[in-house]
Amino acid sequence: MAIRTNPPTAPVPAAFGDRDLLRRSASGAQTPDRQLTEVAKLIDVSKCIGCKACQSACLEWNNLREEVGVNTGVYENPHDLTPNSWTLMRFTEWVNPETDDLEWLIRKDGCMHCADPGCLKACPAPGAIVQYTNGIVDFDRDHCIGCGYCVKGCPFNIPRISKTSGKAYKCSLCSDRVAVGQGPACAKACPTQAIVFGTKADMKLHAETRIKDLKSRGYKNAGLYDPPGVGGTHVMYVLHHADQPSLYAGLPDNPRISPIVEAWKGVTKYAGLAIIGMTAAFGFLHHVVAGPNKVTEHDEEEGARLTEGKSA
Amino acid sequence: MNMELSRRHFLKSAGAGVAGTAIGAFGFGGIEEAHASSVRAFKLITMVETRNTCPYCSVACGIITYSKGDLRKGETAELIHVEGDVDHPTNRGTLCPKGAALLDFAKSETRLKYPMVRKPGSDKFERISWEAALDRIARHLKDDRDRNFVAKNNEGVTVNRWTTTGFLGASATTNETAFVTYKVVRSAGMLVFDNQARV
Amino acid sequence: MTNSWTDIQNTDLVVIMGGNAAEAHPCGFKWVTEAKANRGAKLIVVDPRFTRSASVADVYAPIRQGTDIAFLLGVIRHCIATDRIQWEYTKAFTNASYLVKDGFTYADGLFTGYDEQKRDYDRREWEYQIGPDGFALVDETLQHPRCVWNLLKAHVDQYTPELVERICGTPKAKFLQVAGMIAETSSPQKAMTSMYALGWTQHSKGSQNIRAMAMLQLLLGNIGIRGGGMNALRGHSNIQGLTDVGLMSNMLPGYLTLPTEKEVDLPTYMGSRGFKPLRPNQVSYWQNYGKFFVSLMKALYGPAATKDNNWAFDYLPKLDVPAYDILRAFEMMNEGKMTGYVCQGFNPMQSFPNRTKITSALSKLKFLVTMDPLETETSRFWENHGEYNPVDPKSIGTEVFQLPTTCFAEDEGALVNSGRWLQWHWPGATPPGEARNDIWIMAQLHLRLKALYAKEGGAFPDPILNVHWPYHDKNEPEPAEVAKELNGYVVETVADPADPTKVLLEKGKQVASFGVLRDDGTTACGCWIYAGSFTEAGNIMARRDNADPSGAGMHANWSFSWPANRRILYNRASADRDGKAWDPSRKIIEWDGAKWAGIDVPDIPPTAKPREVGPFIMNPEGVSRLFARGMMREGPFPVHYEPFEAPIANVIAPKIRGNPASRVFKNDMAAFGDAAEFPYAATSYRLTEHFHYWTKHVWVNAVLQPEFFVEISEELAREKGIVLGGWVRVWSKRGSVKAKAVVTKRIRPLICDGKAVHVVGIPIHWGFTGVAKKGWNPNMLGPFVGDANIETPEFKAFLVNIEATTPPGAVA
Repeated sequence: MAIRTNPPTAPVPAAFGDRDLLRRSASGAQTPDRQLTEVAKLIDVSKCIGCKACQSACLEWNNLREEVGVNTGVYENPHDLTPNSWTLMRFTEWVNPETDDLEWLIRKDGCMHCADPGCLKACPAPGAIVQYTNGIVDFDRDHCIGCGYCVKGCPFNIPRISKTSGKAYKCSLCSDRVAVGQGPACAKACPTQAIVFGTKADMKLHAETRIKDLKSRGYKNAGLYDPPGVGGTHVMYVLHHADQPSLYAGLPDNPRISPIVEAWKGVTKYAGLAIIGMTAAFGFLHHVVAGPNKVTEHDEEEGARLTEGKSA
Repeated sequence: MNMELSRRHFLKSAGAGVAGTAIGAFGFGGIEEAHASSVRAFKLITMVETRNTCPYCSVACGIITYSKGDLRKGETAELIHVEGDVDHPTNRGTLCPKGAALLDFAKSETRLKYPMVRKPGSDKFERISWEAALDRIARHLKDDRDRNFVAKNNEGVTVNRWTTTGFLGASATTNETAFVTYKVVRSAGMLVFDNQARV
Repeated sequence: MTNSWTDIQNTDLVVIMGGNAAEAHPCGFKWVTEAKANRGAKLIVVDPRFTRSASVADVYAPIRQGTDIAFLLGVIRHCIATDRIQWEYTKAFTNASYLVKDGFTYADGLFTGYDEQKRDYDRREWEYQIGPDGFALVDETLQHPRCVWNLLKAHVDQYTPELVERICGTPKAKFLQVAGMIAETSSPQKAMTSMYALGWTQHSKGSQNIRAMAMLQLLLGNIGIRGGGMNALRGHSNIQGLTDVGLMSNMLPGYLTLPTEKEVDLPTYMGSRGFKPLRPNQVSYWQNYGKFFVSLMKALYGPAATKDNNWAFDYLPKLDVPAYDILRAFEMMNEGKMTGYVCQGFNPMQSFPNRTKITSALSKLKFLVTMDPLETETSRFWENHGEYNPVDPKSIGTEVFQLPTTCFAEDEGALVNSGRWLQWHWPGATPPGEARNDIWIMAQLHLRLKALYAKEGGAFPDPILNVHWPYHDKNEPEPAEVAKELNGYVVETVADPADPTKVLLEKGKQVASFGVLRDDGTTACGCWIYAGSFTEAGNIMARRDNADPSGAGMHANWSFSWPANRRILYNRASADRDGKAWDPSRKIIEWDGAKWAGIDVPDIPPTAKPREVGPFIMNPEGVSRLFARGMMREGPFPVHYEPFEAPIANVIAPKIRGNPASRVFKNDMAAFGDAAEFPYAATSYRLTEHFHYWTKHVWVNAVLQPEFFVEISEELAREKGIVLGGWVRVWSKRGSVKAKAVVTKRIRPLICDGKAVHVVGIPIHWGFTGVAKKGWNPNMLGPFVGDANIETPEFKAFLVNIEATTPPGAVA
């Protein structure tokens, strides 16, 4: 049976839980006793009409209410991802030099749920970022210290730190919905089903049919965006111009985690399972553990240094 | 009544939502277990579902309202969430950015809660009871109708029309509201009568 | 819509012109993306702006607003010239072969019979030649010089690709590409669907925009078939229902019409509505008009409507003008000829043209009543909001009542979607404060008025005292009770005349279909086209079986589709002259030798023989009309007329301003602007983030599109020194607004008649109430003139000027 059931109103068993953790920030290796089927959200940019239903559904489902902003001469609103806006339509007007036709490239931006998540690897707070074997990378704000390393560690520039709560925010892939067998709110709402959700294998098959259709319409470089530099992602795009991802409001052509974050990961591995106490081993984290509201410039600089040279 | 009427024939055609995936693939069918600590509790558990139709455009998407409290049991019901109805043949669970935010329409801070009157020359609205407002409006209607009703035209033909008070019908009210409105307006002989379809 | 939203999945070509479905109807547009993804369908978008629909189109062609007729007649010409006509369909199912009176002519933009003073035509010559047998004369060989086909060919001949480019600004190559793709659907195996909305209706020749496309669709054989049709995308959730139930000046429920004062009695009234067939054997379904009318009067007036009083014919008000439409209403109001006005869920300050005039008119009322779930600009028209509403409350003597109503989540009943589906919904939330539903409010007003008349007497109280009010709770009729009236019921038992022991209709039962309605007072029916929606089997509108065994998107057991649960109108035309489907893969109904049957309810009497009875049963001809006879005020064929405010003169008839048959009130003519003073071509539209003036009250939508803006090209911005995100002032002859500037490649100057025309796009969603930023709206700048036939205001094409400016001053 397909996910074509309405959401449950009676209790249902959760589809996944703590036993399914693949990674936990600053906590060493996890040992899940089973492998869940990997899930993925596929965003077909060629079917997207830029209606912002995904933004709307995300705000409503997650009880987020962004400030009412202003118009700055473009269609993006708000103007960037924020602690309240976990997804954002980005609009690019591009004249295709080959056809001289205008193309309005509209991309839904948000967390890519990397198989190799830079945010998690950069995160010094134990358990603040977790990854499940189904591919979901989730933030657990009970453990978040607001240091901002996740922001620097992310090759897609996704997480945002709230000035009021001092915590990091991003798309959870609607882990609460997936846990009861529903797709994310954005995918559910998407009028043209430009956003679809399912197993990663199914999504890749579906992408193939879309790419075939696009090629038949003259988009010879149509293709799937599932970048290997981050181990593949659990949010993928179908692009009409997959040879030039950066056309789509700066989608990284070849995202990868900064080597320094990778090194940091190595250290945590080496440090093994010394979960809580471990952070003390690293002097530069001293200020961080003092509290979320006491992130200092020094920490910021350390974060920057750590992630220096991350790919564009 | 509404849920009983629902025959959940799940759509089998390719249709929209081409990317259906077996729920089992997400881990269902396994043993029951606690939520992960990062995962929020599912907020619709114990809510009351009601079938409705999006009030905006004429695609008329099927929606489900989720409320705390059950009107059918005589309880007060507070709207908590609105989501597309996957059983609906047209929208198949999807919603546009307006439909997806319907909760904020029903709960808008500029929802009107009480009858108000603005007196001639005044710069403010004042509370008025329903009884007083309706009595006064009915008085206005009758006074104007009695003064300006045209029973016969210049040729002596019975025309029975009233053109000095007008009525604009809505665009999102029900057929049943429309017919009751029709009876009330036409029986008064009103001709200045239009609805949103005009524009 | 002739078809349904779900039927769009069956199309091969979608033409979005006069609308922006992706933007305004995203979940309906889903079926375009499905057709594209699953059958390789193509999408063409023709629009002054590169819209969200255009962003996923295969071909986008720019066009200057208000020139669609030139474009479409150009496409018809192209189809004729390249012989891409569905010949068998055109010959058998249209009036191509009908002979037109010799007196009918066309020259220099005008047809026979024009009276410039009256801005109207004598339409007597726009008719068929009638033979001695009383039937229209036809020439099936299409050779006769007076047959519709030859008149049409001559009429469109002028609209060459070069002329189209000159008028519309559409590059010739782009036009030919579009015309070529459309022409391919003349194949019986190809279907094209037309999706349009207010981009076609909000013009002084809106009805003819739609006719032009309908004519093209008929010539291509695309009406009545799966994946085809003329699909009007209605704006509001029940605008279809409100129209069906006849809430318009000149309408009765079910598309019956009110009498005019020339129709002095019932026989005269019926005399012009008998619709005798114009060809042998034709159904001419309006011959049943009397049954629907008498049944309606029984529903409205119950026992007070009797044969002796002509079914209460005198209870109906008689019109002295074609209609008291909204433009006429506000003209009268502004002249001080109105006392009161009631706005039920309607916001004229935002929806009607020339706000200065609207405000002035409302200020002259003695009383105004608004019924709405949300604050509206209209209910607060007297309130000073600085630049946004610069009025002086002290000088406004109107008493205003603002009545709070329920919203969707709190009420029950049926709404009719664009595809004519009547869908029932249920309440799930408690209304806030003292908000009440509209039925209760209307009942209260009626009962009070009735009590006052019973007590005091007064002007002709009879219809008010006698209106049929058979509800369990007089104070608040239940939706189901009213729905049953709309469906219709048996008033008196009817026995079978052949066998008096057999009961045909039993008193008190719901009727099963409009086929059993009678003109003798034994049946009552509030809206004949809704018969079948609430029968003895229950509330059919509440059905929720979404099965679709044919896979054609019919969903025959989901809710109820009027009329008679028919999902595709004119579906008889999906089969050829002999009743075989044109395309077996698109079969809807076929003739099996004895009857019509298939996956939809046949739009033809089930035993009507295919070669004898034509598919367009509502027309006395039995066929569709390429030539509209005298039924359109400005002509039986569409003609290119410029908008009343146009950047260039009409190149085919330079002396004609606007639509020559449009009604223009005296002072409004003086309030039209000229291109010299107002050089830019403005158009209004919706954005996907908002719904009219409601969602500026909705927090999430205010976040998604917070502030009023206008869209202009990079070229115009450079020319006028306007910067991205800067403030601009936009003004017409009737008003001025300030907005943020969205400078975009999606609008480009169009070259029309050798001149660069700059388009200024103005979305409609902002006002001075709500949680979004305060702002203005283009309608307030719009011209006070409407379509010649139905008076829809010309919001889609008018002239403005624009300049960079400073932000609006500090306001509350």
